Amino acid sequence: MTVDDSTTATVAPRAERAAASRRPSSLYALYLAIIALMLISFVRAVTGANDITSGGTVGATISLAIPIALAGLGGLWSERSGVVNIGLEGMMILGTFFGADFAYFSHSPWVGVLGGIAGGLIGGVLHAVATVTFGVDQIVSGVAITILATGLARYLAGVFFTGQPGGGPTQSPSIPRFQKLRVPGADSFFGKLERHHWFVVSDVAGVLRGLTTSLTPFTILMILMFPLSWFVLWRTSFGLRLRSCGESPSAAESLGVPVYRMKYIAVSVSGVLAGLGGAFLADFSGIYREGQTGGRGFIGLAAMIFGNWRPGGLAAGASLFGYTDAVQLRQGATSVHALLLLVAVLLVVIGAYQLWRREWIVGAVVVGVAALVFGWYSVTNDVPIEFVPATPYLITLLVLALASQRLRMPAADGIPWRRGQST
Amino acid sequence: MRERLNRLLLNVIAVLVAAVFAGGITSLILLTRGDSPTFVISQMWDYGTQRSTELTIMNGATVYYLSAVAVAIGFRMNLFNIGVDGQYRLAAMLAGAFAGSVSLPNGLRQTATILVAMLAGAAWAGLVALLKVRRGVSEVISTIMLNFIATGLIAYLMRPSIFGHRFGNDVTTKPIPKSGQVGGLDLIPNSGGKVYGLILLAVAVGVAFHVVVNYTRFGFDLRATGRSATAAQASGVNVKKMTAATLVMSGATAGLVGMPALLGDSHSYSSITFQTGLGFTGIAIALLGRNNPIGIAFAAVLWSFLDNSATILDLNNIPKEVVQITQGVVVLSVVIAYELVRRLALVRQQRAVGRAVAPPPGTPVVEGAPA
Repeated sequence: MTVDDSTTATVAPRAERAAASRRPSSLYALYLAIIALMLISFVRAVTGANDITSGGTVGATISLAIPIALAGLGGLWSERSGVVNIGLEGMMILGTFFGADFAYFSHSPWVGVLGGIAGGLIGGVLHAVATVTFGVDQIVSGVAITILATGLARYLAGVFFTGQPGGGPTQSPSIPRFQKLRVPGADSFFGKLERHHWFVVSDVAGVLRGLTTSLTPFTILMILMFPLSWFVLWRTSFGLRLRSCGESPSAAESLGVPVYRMKYIAVSVSGVLAGLGGAFLADFSGIYREGQTGGRGFIGLAAMIFGNWRPGGLAAGASLFGYTDAVQLRQGATSVHALLLLVAVLLVVIGAYQLWRREWIVGAVVVGVAALVFGWYSVTNDVPIEFVPATPYLITLLVLALASQRLRMPAADGIPWRRGQST
Repeated sequence: MRERLNRLLLNVIAVLVAAVFAGGITSLILLTRGDSPTFVISQMWDYGTQRSTELTIMNGATVYYLSAVAVAIGFRMNLFNIGVDGQYRLAAMLAGAFAGSVSLPNGLRQTATILVAMLAGAAWAGLVALLKVRRGVSEVISTIMLNFIATGLIAYLMRPSIFGHRFGNDVTTKPIPKSGQVGGLDLIPNSGGKVYGLILLAVAVGVAFHVVVNYTRFGFDLRATGRSATAAQASGVNVKKMTAATLVMSGATAGLVGMPALLGDSHSYSSITFQTGLGFTGIAIALLGRNNPIGIAFAAVLWSFLDNSATILDLNNIPKEVVQITQGVVVLSVVIAYELVRRLALVRQQRAVGRAVAPPPGTPVVEGAPA
C-alpha cells in the first residue's frame, strides 16, 4: 500500500488534515443533537406549534430529505472525481419517469427501483461521455442533459401513459408502492405520549413515532447509501484513487490511476444515485408527474456544498432542507412562525458565545439580529409562507457568502482534463 | 481572412453534423413507435410555414433571442448566468406592476417600464456579482439559488395586498392601459395577428451586443478576460470590475426578456404567462449560436420553429414532445462537435506554427538540450 500512502501525502492538503482534527467526534454530535432537541422542545412548548416535532413531520422529513440527499450524494461522487454535475436534475427526472414506468408495468416497486437506476445511469453515462471523453465544458453538458432529460421524460410519458387508467402525457396512473414497515404497537404507544405534549418526552416520542412508522425497505436501503459511500470513498484504495482524480488528475495518472475510467465510474454512480432519488420521489408520491422533481436536483447540489463536499455534512444539509419542506406541508405558516423563535434563541446563544470570546462587534451584531427576529416573531402571527420553499437556497447562499473560506471543494473540480496533460 | 473562413466553414459543418445526428436519433425514436420520420417532417414543415404559425414562431424567437443574448454576454467572459430565468421573471413582474400603476405620458411610460425591467434584472444579477467579487462565490451556484429565491419573492409580492390583482382564477399585476402598451408590427400579412413591436428592441440589443463586444475597449477587455483572466489581469484589466459589469449587463438584458410579451400581448404579469425555463432555453440557444449575435438569431428561429410547428403532431397522435428530444440532442451534440472542431483547429494551428519555425531541411538535428 505504499503507493496509496504517497498519494495521500500529495493529495490531501494541509487544510483538510487540520480540518480533520477539528471535526466533531460522534459524542460531540450526540451532545449537539440533545441540545437541539431540547431547544426545539422548548420552542414547541412556548409557542404551542405542536407539529414541529410531531411524528408526522419527522416521517415527512425523512421522506422529503432522501431525494435531496441522494441527488447530493450523486453530486458528491461526481465532484470528488473532478466532474461538476449540474445535470443531476435531469438525471433525477429520468429516474422519476423510469421508476414509475417500470413499477407500473411490472406491478412491483422493486422493479421500479431498477428503473430509477437505469434512468439515472443513462443520464450519468451521457454526462461522462460528453465531459470525460470529449472534454466538453461540464456546466454546459449538465445543462444540455437537463434539457434532454426533460424532453425525453415528457415524450416517453406521452407514449407509455396515454390510454392507461388515470394516466396521460403529464402523469402516470398510480403505481405500486413500497409498504411501510411498522413496529407493532409503536404507533399507538408513541402517539399517546405525543398527545400529552410533555416537555422533551413528547418530542422524543414524536421522533420515534416518525422513525417507526414511516420507513419503507426502500428508505432504509437509501439511508444505507450514505455509510456505504463514505466507506467506499474514504476507506478503500479505490475511493482514494477516485478522489485523487478530483484533486490532481495528472498526479493520479503519473501514479498509474486510470483517470478516465475512475471518472466514468464516478459520474455513472452519480447518475444512478440521482436516478434512485427520482424513483424514490415517484414511489413516495405513488405517481409520476411532470415537474415532480421541482428543482430537487439543484437543492441536492446545494446540500452538498452546504456539507462541504463530505457525506456527513451533506446528510445534515439534506435533513435540514427536508425539514423545511416537511414543516411547510404541515401547519406551514404556524410552524414556520414558531421556528422564528428557535432561530432567535439560536442567534442569542451564538451571540453570547461570540461575546464570551470577546468578539464584541460580531457578538453585538448577532444579538442585534436575534432581537430583530424576535421582534418579527412577536408582532406577527404567521410568516409569509411564500418564502419557506426558498429557505434551503437562502441558507446555502448565506453559508457560501459567510463561510466560503472554510469550504473546500476538490482542487481539480470542474476543470476539463485530458489524458497526458502536464498540469 | 482565409483562416477565419476556414474556421467558419468548420463550425458550419459541425452544426450540420450535429443536426443530422439529432435528426437520426429523433427518427429512430419515432420509428420505434411506428411513426414515419418523413411524415413528421412534412407535417411540421407544412404547418410551420403557414402564416399564423410563422407569426408565433417570430414572436417566440424574439423572446428566445433576448434570453440567449443575455446568457451570451456572460459566456463571452466565461461567466455562466444560469440566473436569466429568475432575473427575467422578477423584472417582468416589477415592470408589470410599475406600468400598471404609474401614469406617465404615452411613450415615456413604455420607456420607463423597460428601464424598470432592466434595473430589476441588473439588480438581481448584481447580487450575483457582489457575491462573486466580494466573497468568491461561484456564479453558477448563486444564480441557481437566486432563481428559486426569486420564485419565492415573486409569489410574496404577488399577494393581493401588495401587487397582486385578482383576474378570474389567476392573480396578475394591474393591467397596463392602452397608452402604456406597445403595438405590434404587421410584418406577416394575413397571419391574423401582429409581430411584437419590441422585436425592434431585440434587433437593437443584438446590434449593440455585436458592436460593444467587437468594437469597444470594454468588449476587448471582456473577450480578453474570457480567454484568460490571469493574462488580462497582468495586462492591466481590472478583472473584478469586468466580472461585475458583465454580470450586471447580462442581468439588464435578461430584464428585457419579458418585455415583448408584457407590453405587446399579455399587458400584465402572471406566473402562468411568464413561466420558468426560459433562461435554460436561452442557455441552449446561446450554445447553439456560439454566442454570436447572428448565430443566436438563427438558433432562436430554429428553436421556435421546432416548438411551434410541433403542435400539429398532437393532432396526428404523435406526442409533440418528440421535438424536445431533438432540441436536447442538438444542443449536446453541437457542443461536442464544437469542442472537436476547436481541437482540430488547435492541432492545425500548431502544425502551421511548426512549419513556420522549423529549420530548413538539411540542417543537422541537435539531440537533447545544450548544456
